[in-house]
Amino acid sequence: MTGAVEIALYAWRESLRRRVFFVVIVLSLAFLALYAVGTTAAFNEVNKFGSNPNDTDPSVVAGSTLLGLAMFATLFLGTVLAVFLTLSAVRGDAERGLLQPLVVRPLGRPSLLAGRFVGAAAVCAVYVGLLYAISLVITLLAGDWTPDHMIAPGLELMAAVVVLAGVSLLGSVFLPTTANGIAVFMVFGAGLVAGLLGQIGDAIPSQTLQNIGSAGAIALPFEALYQEALHALTSDTSGLASFVVKLGPFGGAHHFGPGLVAWVFAYLALLAGAAVWGFHRRDL
Amino acid sequence: MPPALAAHAVEKRYRSTAALRGVDLAVDEGQLVGLLGPNGAGKSTLVKIACGLVRPSGGRAEICGHPAGSLAARARIGYLAELFRFPDWARADEVLELHQKLAGSRGGAAERSELLELVGLADARDRRVEAMSKGMQQRLGLAQALVGNPRLLLLDEPTSALDPVGRRTVRQLLEELRRRGVSVLLNSHLLSEVELVCDRVAIIASGALVAEGRPADLVKPRGVEVETASGKRVIEGAGRDDAPRIVSDLVAAGERVFGVRVLSSTLEDVYLEAVGGETS
Repeated sequence: MTGAVEIALYAWRESLRRRVFFVVIVLSLAFLALYAVGTTAAFNEVNKFGSNPNDTDPSVVAGSTLLGLAMFATLFLGTVLAVFLTLSAVRGDAERGLLQPLVVRPLGRPSLLAGRFVGAAAVCAVYVGLLYAISLVITLLAGDWTPDHMIAPGLELMAAVVVLAGVSLLGSVFLPTTANGIAVFMVFGAGLVAGLLGQIGDAIPSQTLQNIGSAGAIALPFEALYQEALHALTSDTSGLASFVVKLGPFGGAHHFGPGLVAWVFAYLALLAGAAVWGFHRRDL
Repeated sequence: MPPALAAHAVEKRYRSTAALRGVDLAVDEGQLVGLLGPNGAGKSTLVKIACGLVRPSGGRAEICGHPAGSLAARARIGYLAELFRFPDWARADEVLELHQKLAGSRGGAAERSELLELVGLADARDRRVEAMSKGMQQRLGLAQALVGNPRLLLLDEPTSALDPVGRRTVRQLLEELRRRGVSVLLNSHLLSEVELVCDRVAIIASGALVAEGRPADLVKPRGVEVETASGKRVIEGAGRDDAPRIVSDLVAAGERVFGVRVLSSTLEDVYLEAVGGETS
């Protein structure tokens, strides 16, 4: 356990020294500035609307759509961070000769994996949580609008990026660095597409597309967590606003129920098991 | 007391290629054993099996009586890989500190200072790895391998990036380790280096152990060379014990003897004969 903590601290130190955080902070500030400008402009336009016949509050539609967009951007940026912190953790580092001096120490390969996972997952979860919280505050200040649930979407986004860090770490056991980076982004894209197809299936309606969406959410639970987070924004809202948000900016809202949390834990356990098995069998 | 390293019929296959074919090798406590062989002979594979980096396909290896790769075995070894890197952002002192923590060493700053002094890097304590020459990094690698007072040191080509002064430093270090009772398995291409410091030599070719023993026992007599007034000549087949008789016979025959030299094969001759000219 001590070894895993040391490896996690080592990963954080590496991120600090390599100025990963500096680059991330600069890019995140750029995104937040853009979001603040865009959100302010959007709410200014929306507030000019008069009353509408559908009895729909335009600020709800604007606020939830904009925050949903920010959540997608947050998840994407968190995914980029998760991938770059883990994509070469095993095979890439072994090919560069960085891993062998660590592996021969008496800490055990599972501990090394656990340390790398905890290090990356903690950084990414905190980053995503912060970005979500700041986006929420910007939305509140710009449009005086808050979602129906403020905490749950943030936690679900954090969990989603933790799952992606696990997927990337598992990939690093089997794939070379570049191939793993490409694979994880393709998996991320596949989840997104499956979510979109599922939402189209709900709107048409089409059972086949709905099945694709459901299968994608089960196979790639980070997408399910994202959809659940979107759902929490307007879960207590009805009418047109709710319908618009369900269509979502990048994949729609969907409620999966309490079983999702259990599946996420089980999924992480499966990822860990596969990574430990693969790492145990790998000659270095 | 079990040997520091004991390899019993160790085999390693990569698909249809046999990297090691039933190698038996022992490194006793406090012994310095040189591992020689051409490129691709299986030397590094054997060292990696001893470290637990590679799983054997057959046979077994033990470190101080513990299965190679087990936590107990890894707690007793220090390892310097042939191709290794430390994070370029880290300082020398930080590299050693990390390995102290992972090895469970309580040596603290005093141990780090001693190790850096031992490898000639006392002045580079705060230097980043990226600012070090390859030779300095290799010496830092040696210091890292020594963290936690290992019982067995596994060194894979530890002098490949060193200049003659650096090699001499490593030789002195190995002699110091022998004095301290640390066992060493030294994988090297430099026959002269092995001949100078090692108690025993093992030669591997095509994945099999083809020769093993003390350097002095491995070399064979090649004759006795005598220099007389008529010039130099070699009496082939004669050995050191024959030299006094040869000299007295020559003197009795009225010849004036200016010099006598017992000739023996070098470790290089032994090596070339053992590997049959194999290289890759």
